[in-house]
Amino acid sequence: MKGQAGRPPLWSYWVVLPSFVLLWGLIAWLLQSPLLPTPLNVLDTLIRESATGELWHHLGATLGRVVVAFILAMIIGTAIGIVMGRSPTTNALFDPLLVLLLNLPALVTIILMYVWFGLVEVAAVMAVVINKVPSVAVTVREGARSLDYRLEEMATVYEFTRWQRLREVWVPQLFPYLMAATRGGLALIWKIVLVVELLGRSSGVGFQLHMAFQVFDVAAILAYSLAFIAVVQLIELAILQPLERRSSRWRQPEAAHA
Amino acid sequence: MLELRIAGRDFGQPVLGEVFATVARGDRICLLGPSGIGKTTLLNAIAGLDKSVPDEAVIGRDKLRVGYLFQEHRLLPWRSLDANLKLVGASDQEAESLLEQVGLSGYGHYLPDQLSLGMARRAALARCLAVKPDLLLLDEPFASLDPVMAGELKALIAGILDSCPEMAMICVTHDGGDAEILANRLWYLDGKPARLQWDDAIGEPGLIDGLLGALRDPDLAGL
Repeated sequence: MKGQAGRPPLWSYWVVLPSFVLLWGLIAWLLQSPLLPTPLNVLDTLIRESATGELWHHLGATLGRVVVAFILAMIIGTAIGIVMGRSPTTNALFDPLLVLLLNLPALVTIILMYVWFGLVEVAAVMAVVINKVPSVAVTVREGARSLDYRLEEMATVYEFTRWQRLREVWVPQLFPYLMAATRGGLALIWKIVLVVELLGRSSGVGFQLHMAFQVFDVAAILAYSLAFIAVVQLIELAILQPLERRSSRWRQPEAAHA
Repeated sequence: MLELRIAGRDFGQPVLGEVFATVARGDRICLLGPSGIGKTTLLNAIAGLDKSVPDEAVIGRDKLRVGYLFQEHRLLPWRSLDANLKLVGASDQEAESLLEQVGLSGYGHYLPDQLSLGMARRAALARCLAVKPDLLLLDEPFASLDPVMAGELKALIAGILDSCPEMAMICVTHDGGDAEILANRLWYLDGKPARLQWDDAIGEPGLIDGLLGALRDPDLAGL
Protein backbone atom coordinates (compact mmCIF):
# COMPACT_ATOMS: atom_id res chain seq x y z
CA MET A 1 0.00 0.00 0.00
CA LYS A 2 1.63 3.22 -1.13
CA GLY A 3 -0.51 5.81 0.64
CA GLN A 4 0.36 9.31 1.74
CA ALA A 5 2.36 9.55 4.93
CA GLY A 6 0.11 9.53 7.97
CA ARG A 7 -2.95 8.32 6.04
CA PRO A 8 -4.27 4.93 7.19
CA PRO A 9 -5.09 2.22 4.62
CA LEU A 10 -8.37 2.53 2.74
CA TRP A 11 -10.04 -0.51 4.35
CA SER A 12 -10.04 1.21 7.75
CA TYR A 13 -12.61 3.68 6.37
CA TRP A 14 -14.79 0.79 5.21
CA VAL A 15 -14.67 -0.80 8.64
CA VAL A 16 -14.81 2.15 11.02
CA LEU A 17 -17.49 4.26 9.34
CA PRO A 18 -20.11 1.48 8.86
CA SER A 19 -19.44 0.31 12.43
CA PHE A 20 -20.11 3.84 13.62
CA VAL A 21 -23.39 4.00 11.68
CA LEU A 22 -24.38 0.60 13.12
CA LEU A 23 -23.65 1.77 16.66
CA TRP A 24 -25.62 4.97 16.05
CA GLY A 25 -28.56 2.94 14.72
CA LEU A 26 -28.46 0.64 17.73
CA ILE A 27 -28.47 3.50 20.26
CA ALA A 28 -31.21 5.36 18.37
CA TRP A 29 -33.33 2.19 18.26
CA LEU A 30 -32.87 1.66 22.02
CA LEU A 31 -33.64 5.30 22.92
CA GLN A 32 -36.58 5.74 20.55
CA SER A 33 -36.24 9.56 20.93
CA PRO A 34 -37.04 12.17 18.25
CA LEU A 35 -33.83 13.93 19.36
CA LEU A 36 -31.74 11.04 17.98
CA PRO A 37 -33.21 9.76 14.70
CA THR A 38 -32.01 6.47 13.25
CA PRO A 39 -29.71 6.44 10.20
CA LEU A 40 -32.72 5.31 8.14
CA ASN A 41 -34.73 8.35 9.24
CA VAL A 42 -31.88 10.62 8.21
CA LEU A 43 -31.55 8.87 4.86
CA ASP A 44 -35.30 9.25 4.39
CA THR A 45 -35.06 13.02 5.07
CA LEU A 46 -32.11 13.28 2.73
CA ILE A 47 -34.02 11.60 -0.11
CA ARG A 48 -37.15 13.69 0.49
CA GLU A 49 -35.18 16.97 0.58
CA SER A 50 -33.28 16.08 -2.57
CA ALA A 51 -36.50 15.02 -4.37
CA THR A 52 -38.15 18.38 -3.70
CA GLY A 53 -34.98 20.15 -4.89
CA GLU A 54 -34.59 21.96 -1.55
CA LEU A 55 -31.30 20.20 -0.79
CA TRP A 56 -29.75 21.11 -4.14
CA HIS A 57 -30.93 24.70 -3.92
CA HIS A 58 -29.36 25.25 -0.52
CA LEU A 59 -26.20 23.25 -1.23
CA GLY A 60 -25.79 25.25 -4.42
CA ALA A 61 -26.18 28.56 -2.59
CA THR A 62 -23.56 27.56 -0.04
CA LEU A 63 -21.22 26.22 -2.69
CA GLY A 64 -21.53 29.46 -4.69
CA ARG A 65 -20.60 31.58 -1.68
CA VAL A 66 -17.67 29.30 -0.84
CA VAL A 67 -16.31 29.47 -4.40
CA VAL A 68 -16.58 33.26 -4.72
CA ALA A 69 -15.17 33.92 -1.24
CA PHE A 70 -12.39 31.38 -1.76
CA ILE A 71 -11.26 32.82 -5.10
CA LEU A 72 -11.30 36.39 -3.80
CA ALA A 73 -9.47 35.47 -0.60
CA MET A 74 -6.79 33.51 -2.49
CA ILE A 75 -6.12 36.28 -5.03
CA ILE A 76 -5.99 39.07 -2.45
CA GLY A 77 -4.11 37.00 0.14
CA THR A 78 -1.55 35.74 -2.40
CA ALA A 79 -0.85 39.24 -3.71
CA ILE A 80 -0.41 40.64 -0.20
CA GLY A 81 1.70 37.64 0.83
CA ILE A 82 4.09 37.95 -2.14
CA VAL A 83 4.58 41.68 -1.62
CA MET A 84 5.11 41.23 2.12
CA GLY A 85 7.56 38.41 1.57
CA ARG A 86 9.61 40.42 -0.93
CA SER A 87 9.56 43.87 0.67
CA PRO A 88 10.56 44.45 4.31
CA THR A 89 8.88 47.89 4.28
CA THR A 90 5.50 46.49 3.25
CA ASN A 91 5.95 43.71 5.76
CA ALA A 92 6.58 46.21 8.55
CA LEU A 93 3.47 48.11 7.51
CA PHE A 94 1.10 45.15 7.18
CA ASP A 95 2.36 42.73 9.81
CA PRO A 96 0.76 44.48 12.83
CA LEU A 97 -2.54 44.59 10.94
CA LEU A 98 -2.23 40.88 10.13
CA VAL A 99 -1.72 40.06 13.80
CA LEU A 100 -4.83 42.05 14.62
CA LEU A 101 -6.95 40.41 11.90
CA LEU A 102 -5.67 36.89 12.61
CA ASN A 103 -6.87 37.16 16.20
CA LEU A 104 -10.20 38.77 15.39
CA PRO A 105 -12.99 36.22 15.96
CA ALA A 106 -14.81 35.33 12.72
CA LEU A 107 -18.10 36.06 14.42
CA VAL A 108 -17.12 39.70 15.06
CA THR A 109 -16.33 40.30 11.38
CA ILE A 110 -19.61 38.73 10.36
CA ILE A 111 -21.66 40.82 12.80
CA LEU A 112 -19.84 44.04 11.84
CA MET A 113 -20.32 43.42 8.11
CA TYR A 114 -24.04 42.79 8.60
CA VAL A 115 -24.39 45.83 10.87
CA TRP A 116 -22.54 48.14 8.50
CA PHE A 117 -23.73 46.89 5.13
CA GLY A 118 -27.03 45.20 5.96
CA LEU A 119 -28.08 41.58 5.54
CA VAL A 120 -26.93 41.44 1.92
CA GLU A 121 -24.93 38.97 -0.15
CA VAL A 122 -21.92 41.29 -0.53
CA ALA A 123 -21.63 41.70 3.24
CA ALA A 124 -21.82 37.92 3.69
CA VAL A 125 -19.07 37.19 1.16
CA MET A 126 -16.91 40.07 2.39
CA ALA A 127 -17.08 38.79 5.96
CA VAL A 128 -15.75 35.42 4.79
CA VAL A 129 -13.02 37.00 2.64
CA ILE A 130 -11.81 39.25 5.48
CA ASN A 131 -11.59 36.24 7.74
CA LYS A 132 -9.56 34.25 5.26
CA VAL A 133 -7.16 36.77 3.66
CA PRO A 134 -4.78 37.10 6.65
CA SER A 135 -4.02 33.39 6.90
CA VAL A 136 -3.50 33.09 3.13
CA ALA A 137 -1.17 36.10 3.25
CA VAL A 138 0.84 34.65 6.13
CA THR A 139 1.24 31.28 4.39
CA VAL A 140 2.21 32.76 1.02
CA ARG A 141 4.58 35.21 2.72
CA GLU A 142 6.56 32.23 4.04
CA GLY A 143 6.76 30.92 0.48
CA ALA A 144 7.80 34.27 -0.96
CA ARG A 145 10.57 34.53 1.63
CA SER A 146 11.94 31.14 0.70
CA LEU A 147 12.10 31.79 -3.07
CA ASP A 148 15.44 30.50 -4.33
CA TYR A 149 17.74 33.48 -4.98
CA ARG A 150 19.78 31.33 -7.36
CA LEU A 151 16.82 30.97 -9.71
CA GLU A 152 16.16 34.72 -9.31
CA GLU A 153 19.70 35.43 -10.50
CA MET A 154 19.25 33.02 -13.37
CA ALA A 155 16.01 34.74 -14.39
CA THR A 156 17.81 38.11 -14.26
CA VAL A 157 20.72 36.98 -16.42
CA TYR A 158 18.41 35.39 -18.98
CA GLU A 159 16.13 38.43 -18.98
CA PHE A 160 12.88 36.69 -18.08
CA THR A 161 9.84 38.92 -18.48
CA ARG A 162 7.69 39.68 -15.44
CA TRP A 163 5.13 37.16 -16.58
CA GLN A 164 7.74 34.44 -17.18
CA ARG A 165 9.21 35.09 -13.76
CA LEU A 166 5.81 34.75 -12.11
CA ARG A 167 4.67 31.73 -14.07
CA GLU A 168 7.91 29.79 -14.52
CA VAL A 169 9.92 30.70 -11.43
CA TRP A 170 7.63 31.86 -8.64
CA VAL A 171 4.38 29.88 -8.94
CA PRO A 172 6.09 26.45 -9.01
CA GLN A 173 8.06 27.37 -5.90
CA LEU A 174 5.02 28.85 -4.18
CA PHE A 175 2.84 25.89 -5.13
CA PRO A 176 3.17 23.95 -1.85
CA TYR A 177 2.31 27.13 0.05
CA LEU A 178 -0.64 27.92 -2.22
CA MET A 179 -1.84 24.37 -1.75
CA ALA A 180 -1.54 24.65 2.04
CA ALA A 181 -3.42 27.95 1.91
CA THR A 182 -6.08 26.30 -0.28
CA ARG A 183 -6.60 23.39 2.10
CA GLY A 184 -6.61 25.47 5.24
CA GLY A 185 -8.66 28.06 3.42
CA LEU A 186 -11.40 25.73 2.25
CA ALA A 187 -11.72 24.09 5.65
CA LEU A 188 -12.13 27.49 7.28
CA ILE A 189 -14.38 29.01 4.61
CA TRP A 190 -16.84 26.10 4.65
CA LYS A 191 -17.39 26.65 8.34
CA ILE A 192 -17.57 30.44 8.27
CA VAL A 193 -20.02 30.39 5.36
CA LEU A 194 -22.41 28.28 7.42
CA VAL A 195 -22.29 30.81 10.28
CA VAL A 196 -22.75 33.69 7.84
CA GLU A 197 -25.82 31.95 6.42
CA LEU A 198 -27.18 31.12 9.84
CA LEU A 199 -26.95 34.74 10.96
CA GLY A 200 -28.21 36.65 7.99
CA ARG A 201 -29.10 34.82 4.79
CA SER A 202 -32.28 33.13 3.63
CA SER A 203 -30.65 30.35 1.63
CA GLY A 204 -27.80 27.89 2.06
CA VAL A 205 -27.03 24.96 4.32
CA GLY A 206 -26.45 27.29 7.27
CA PHE A 207 -29.92 28.78 6.84
CA GLN A 208 -31.50 25.31 6.69
CA LEU A 209 -29.64 24.24 9.83
CA HIS A 210 -31.00 27.34 11.51
CA MET A 211 -34.57 26.49 10.48
CA ALA A 212 -34.19 22.89 11.64
CA PHE A 213 -32.71 24.07 14.94
CA GLN A 214 -35.81 26.22 15.59
CA VAL A 215 -38.06 23.16 15.45
CA PHE A 216 -35.52 20.67 16.84
CA ASP A 217 -35.61 18.69 13.58
CA VAL A 218 -32.48 16.65 14.26
CA ALA A 219 -33.03 14.41 11.22
CA ALA A 220 -32.84 17.47 8.94
CA ILE A 221 -29.75 18.78 10.75
CA LEU A 222 -27.97 15.46 10.26
CA ALA A 223 -29.20 15.10 6.67
CA TYR A 224 -27.82 18.52 5.68
CA SER A 225 -24.59 17.87 7.60
CA LEU A 226 -24.05 14.61 5.73
CA ALA A 227 -24.74 16.22 2.36
CA PHE A 228 -22.30 18.97 3.29
CA ILE A 229 -19.56 16.52 4.31
CA ALA A 230 -20.09 14.64 1.05
CA VAL A 231 -19.61 17.79 -1.04
CA VAL A 232 -16.45 18.80 0.87
CA GLN A 233 -14.97 15.32 0.38
CA LEU A 234 -15.93 15.30 -3.28
CA ILE A 235 -14.04 18.54 -3.86
CA GLU A 236 -11.05 17.12 -1.99
CA LEU A 237 -10.98 13.94 -4.08
CA ALA A 238 -12.02 15.34 -7.46
CA ILE A 239 -10.10 18.64 -7.48
CA LEU A 240 -7.50 19.09 -4.74
CA GLN A 241 -5.79 15.71 -4.76
CA PRO A 242 -5.43 15.41 -8.57
CA LEU A 243 -4.13 19.00 -8.70
CA GLU A 244 -1.55 18.26 -6.06
CA ARG A 245 -0.43 15.05 -7.76
CA ARG A 246 -0.14 16.71 -11.14
CA SER A 247 1.87 19.68 -9.92
CA SER A 248 4.32 17.76 -7.80
CA ARG A 249 5.16 15.24 -10.50
CA TRP A 250 8.53 16.89 -11.14
CA ARG A 251 9.51 16.13 -7.54
CA GLN A 252 9.57 12.39 -8.27
CA PRO A 253 11.77 12.28 -11.34
CA GLU A 254 11.87 8.48 -11.65
CA ALA A 255 8.06 8.32 -11.73
CA ALA A 256 7.74 11.04 -14.35
CA HIS A 257 9.28 9.15 -17.25
CA ALA A 258 8.79 5.58 -16.07
CA MET B 1 33.13 45.69 -26.10
CA LEU B 2 33.07 45.72 -22.32
CA GLU B 3 34.79 48.07 -19.93
CA LEU B 4 34.92 47.47 -16.19
CA ARG B 5 35.16 50.39 -13.83
CA ILE B 6 34.15 48.75 -10.62
CA ALA B 7 34.81 50.93 -7.58
CA GLY B 8 34.65 48.02 -5.15
CA ARG B 9 32.28 45.81 -3.30
CA ASP B 10 32.03 45.00 0.35
CA PHE B 11 29.92 42.63 2.35
CA GLY B 12 30.48 44.19 5.76
CA GLN B 13 34.18 44.18 5.03
CA PRO B 14 35.71 45.04 1.68
CA VAL B 15 35.98 42.04 -0.63
CA LEU B 16 36.61 43.53 -4.02
CA GLY B 17 38.76 46.61 -4.55
CA GLU B 18 38.84 48.73 -7.68
CA VAL B 19 38.73 46.67 -10.82
CA PHE B 20 39.55 48.34 -14.12
CA ALA B 21 39.75 46.18 -17.22
CA THR B 22 38.44 45.85 -20.72
CA VAL B 23 37.14 42.81 -22.54
CA ALA B 24 37.31 42.62 -26.34
CA ARG B 25 35.50 40.27 -28.71
CA GLY B 26 37.29 36.95 -28.92
CA ASP B 27 38.95 37.39 -25.53
CA ARG B 28 39.09 34.13 -23.63
CA ILE B 29 39.90 35.10 -20.13
CA CYS B 30 40.59 32.74 -17.29
CA LEU B 31 40.03 34.42 -13.95
CA LEU B 32 42.32 32.81 -11.42
CA GLY B 33 42.95 33.42 -7.75
CA PRO B 34 42.81 31.85 -4.32
CA SER B 35 39.55 30.41 -2.96
CA GLY B 36 37.18 32.93 -1.48
CA ILE B 37 39.03 35.90 -2.91
CA GLY B 38 35.98 37.23 -4.76
CA LYS B 39 36.14 35.68 -8.22
CA THR B 40 32.43 34.83 -8.28
CA THR B 41 31.67 38.27 -6.79
CA LEU B 42 33.46 39.85 -9.73
CA LEU B 43 31.68 37.57 -12.20
CA ASN B 44 28.28 38.47 -10.70
CA ALA B 45 29.15 42.16 -10.88
CA ILE B 46 30.01 41.76 -14.56
CA ALA B 47 26.75 39.84 -15.16
CA GLY B 48 24.73 42.62 -13.52
CA LEU B 49 23.54 40.42 -10.66
CA ASP B 50 25.05 42.61 -7.97
CA LYS B 51 22.58 45.41 -7.34
CA SER B 52 25.11 47.41 -5.33
CA VAL B 53 27.43 47.65 -8.34
CA PRO B 54 25.96 50.42 -10.51
CA ASP B 55 25.27 49.72 -14.18
CA GLU B 56 27.75 52.43 -15.17
CA ALA B 57 30.53 50.33 -13.62
CA VAL B 58 30.18 47.78 -16.43
CA ILE B 59 30.11 49.82 -19.61
CA GLY B 60 28.68 48.08 -22.65
CA ARG B 61 26.91 45.21 -20.94
CA ASP B 62 23.44 46.45 -21.85
CA LYS B 63 24.28 45.85 -25.52
CA LEU B 64 25.51 42.30 -24.94
CA ARG B 65 23.77 39.00 -24.75
CA VAL B 66 25.17 37.14 -21.76
CA GLY B 67 25.22 33.40 -21.12
CA TYR B 68 26.10 32.47 -17.55
CA LEU B 69 27.05 28.95 -16.50
CA PHE B 70 26.51 28.95 -12.75
CA GLN B 71 28.17 26.45 -10.43
CA GLU B 72 24.82 24.72 -10.02
CA HIS B 73 22.83 24.03 -13.17
CA ARG B 74 20.04 26.46 -12.19
CA LEU B 75 17.75 25.03 -14.84
CA LEU B 76 14.10 25.21 -13.83
CA PRO B 77 13.66 21.80 -12.15
CA TRP B 78 9.95 21.63 -13.09
CA ARG B 79 10.63 22.10 -16.82
CA SER B 80 12.14 19.66 -19.31
CA LEU B 81 15.47 20.49 -20.94
CA ASP B 82 13.62 21.43 -24.13
CA ALA B 83 11.35 23.81 -22.25
CA ASN B 84 14.29 25.31 -20.37
CA LEU B 85 16.05 26.08 -23.64
CA LYS B 86 12.93 27.46 -25.31
CA LEU B 87 12.30 29.75 -22.33
CA VAL B 88 15.46 31.68 -23.16
CA GLY B 89 14.53 31.94 -26.81
CA ALA B 90 15.59 28.75 -28.61
CA SER B 91 13.31 27.34 -31.30
CA ASP B 92 12.42 23.64 -31.45
CA GLN B 93 15.20 22.87 -33.89
CA GLU B 94 17.72 25.03 -32.05
CA ALA B 95 16.94 23.28 -28.77
CA GLU B 96 17.46 19.94 -30.44
CA SER B 97 20.73 20.85 -32.10
CA LEU B 98 22.07 22.54 -28.96
CA LEU B 99 21.40 19.41 -26.93
CA GLU B 100 23.11 17.40 -29.64
CA GLN B 101 26.07 19.77 -29.53
CA VAL B 102 26.57 19.17 -25.80
CA GLY B 103 26.08 15.41 -26.17
CA LEU B 104 22.54 15.20 -24.84
CA SER B 105 20.54 14.42 -27.95
CA GLY B 106 17.40 12.52 -27.05
CA TYR B 107 17.32 13.97 -23.55
CA GLY B 108 15.04 16.89 -24.42
CA HIS B 109 12.07 15.57 -22.44
CA TYR B 110 14.13 14.84 -19.31
CA LEU B 111 13.81 16.97 -16.20
CA PRO B 112 17.09 18.53 -15.01
CA ASP B 113 17.19 16.58 -11.75
CA GLN B 114 16.95 13.30 -13.64
CA LEU B 115 20.42 13.94 -15.03
CA SER B 116 23.84 13.37 -13.52
CA LEU B 117 25.83 16.39 -12.40
CA GLY B 118 27.95 16.39 -15.53
CA MET B 119 24.96 16.06 -17.85
CA ALA B 120 23.05 18.80 -16.03
CA ARG B 121 26.03 21.11 -16.37
CA ARG B 122 26.21 20.41 -20.10
CA ALA B 123 22.48 21.10 -20.36
CA ALA B 124 23.06 24.41 -18.58
CA LEU B 125 25.87 25.12 -21.04
CA ALA B 126 23.40 24.50 -23.86
CA ARG B 127 21.14 27.13 -22.33
CA CYS B 128 24.08 29.59 -22.27
CA LEU B 129 24.52 28.99 -25.98
CA ALA B 130 20.79 29.23 -26.66
CA VAL B 131 20.88 32.99 -26.12
CA LYS B 132 23.65 33.24 -28.77
CA PRO B 133 25.87 35.01 -26.29
CA ASP B 134 28.41 37.74 -26.98
CA LEU B 135 29.84 37.07 -23.57
CA LEU B 136 30.03 33.65 -21.95
CA LEU B 137 30.56 33.61 -18.19
CA LEU B 138 31.64 30.32 -16.65
CA ASP B 139 31.86 29.89 -12.88
CA GLU B 140 34.13 26.94 -12.08
CA PRO B 141 32.73 24.82 -14.90
CA PHE B 142 34.86 21.79 -14.00
CA ALA B 143 34.35 21.81 -10.24
CA SER B 144 33.22 18.54 -8.63
CA LEU B 145 33.35 16.60 -11.92
CA ASP B 146 35.46 13.48 -12.16
CA PRO B 147 38.60 13.89 -14.29
CA VAL B 148 37.11 12.14 -17.33
CA MET B 149 33.95 14.26 -17.37
CA ALA B 150 35.94 17.40 -16.65
CA GLY B 151 38.21 16.61 -19.59
CA GLU B 152 35.24 16.03 -21.91
CA LEU B 153 33.62 19.29 -20.85
CA LYS B 154 36.90 21.15 -21.32
CA ALA B 155 37.22 19.80 -24.85
CA LEU B 156 33.57 20.69 -25.52
CA ILE B 157 34.03 24.28 -24.36
CA ALA B 158 37.29 24.63 -26.30
CA GLY B 159 35.45 23.44 -29.41
CA ILE B 160 32.63 25.92 -28.85
CA LEU B 161 35.10 28.77 -28.40
CA ASP B 162 36.88 27.81 -31.63
CA SER B 163 33.62 27.78 -33.54
CA CYS B 164 32.60 31.21 -32.18
CA PRO B 165 35.69 33.40 -32.60
CA GLU B 166 33.64 36.56 -31.94
CA MET B 167 32.42 35.40 -28.55
CA ALA B 168 34.23 36.51 -25.41
CA MET B 169 34.58 34.28 -22.38
CA ILE B 170 35.39 34.82 -18.74
CA CYS B 171 35.99 31.57 -16.90
CA VAL B 172 36.53 31.41 -13.16
CA THR B 173 38.82 28.56 -12.21
CA HIS B 174 41.26 27.37 -9.59
CA ASP B 175 43.33 25.45 -12.03
CA GLY B 176 46.04 27.00 -14.14
CA GLY B 177 45.81 23.92 -16.37
CA ASP B 178 42.33 25.01 -17.53
CA ALA B 179 43.87 28.28 -18.67
CA GLU B 180 46.39 26.50 -20.85
CA ILE B 181 43.60 24.85 -22.82
CA LEU B 182 40.95 27.56 -22.84
CA ALA B 183 42.48 30.99 -22.34
CA ASN B 184 44.26 33.55 -24.43
CA ARG B 185 44.34 35.94 -21.52
CA LEU B 186 44.73 35.65 -17.75
CA TRP B 187 43.29 37.66 -14.93
CA TYR B 188 44.70 37.04 -11.51
CA LEU B 189 42.70 38.29 -8.57
CA ASP B 190 44.35 38.60 -5.16
CA GLY B 191 44.85 40.88 -2.17
CA LYS B 192 42.62 42.40 0.47
CA PRO B 193 40.51 43.92 -0.91
CA ALA B 194 41.09 41.92 -4.07
CA ARG B 195 42.35 43.58 -7.22
CA LEU B 196 43.43 42.27 -10.59
CA GLN B 197 47.10 41.63 -9.91
CA TRP B 198 47.83 40.51 -13.44
CA ASP B 199 45.97 41.10 -16.62
CA ASP B 200 48.08 39.49 -19.29
CA ALA B 201 47.53 38.37 -22.78
CA ILE B 202 48.99 34.97 -23.44
CA GLY B 203 51.08 35.54 -26.49
CA GLU B 204 54.49 33.98 -26.26
CA PRO B 205 54.60 30.50 -24.80
CA GLY B 206 57.28 31.60 -22.36
CA LEU B 207 55.02 34.16 -20.73
CA ILE B 208 52.16 31.82 -20.00
CA ASP B 209 54.54 29.20 -18.74
CA GLY B 210 56.00 31.73 -16.37
CA LEU B 211 52.59 32.85 -15.18
CA LEU B 212 51.25 29.39 -14.75
CA GLY B 213 54.45 28.33 -13.06
CA ALA B 214 53.98 31.17 -10.63
CA LEU B 215 50.34 30.18 -10.11
CA ARG B 216 51.36 26.67 -9.26
CA ASP B 217 53.77 28.01 -6.66
CA PRO B 218 51.73 27.59 -3.48
CA ASP B 219 53.46 30.45 -1.66
CA LEU B 220 52.69 32.94 -4.35
CA ALA B 221 49.28 31.80 -5.48
CA GLY B 222 47.90 30.31 -2.33
CA LEU B 223 46.54 27.38 -4.31
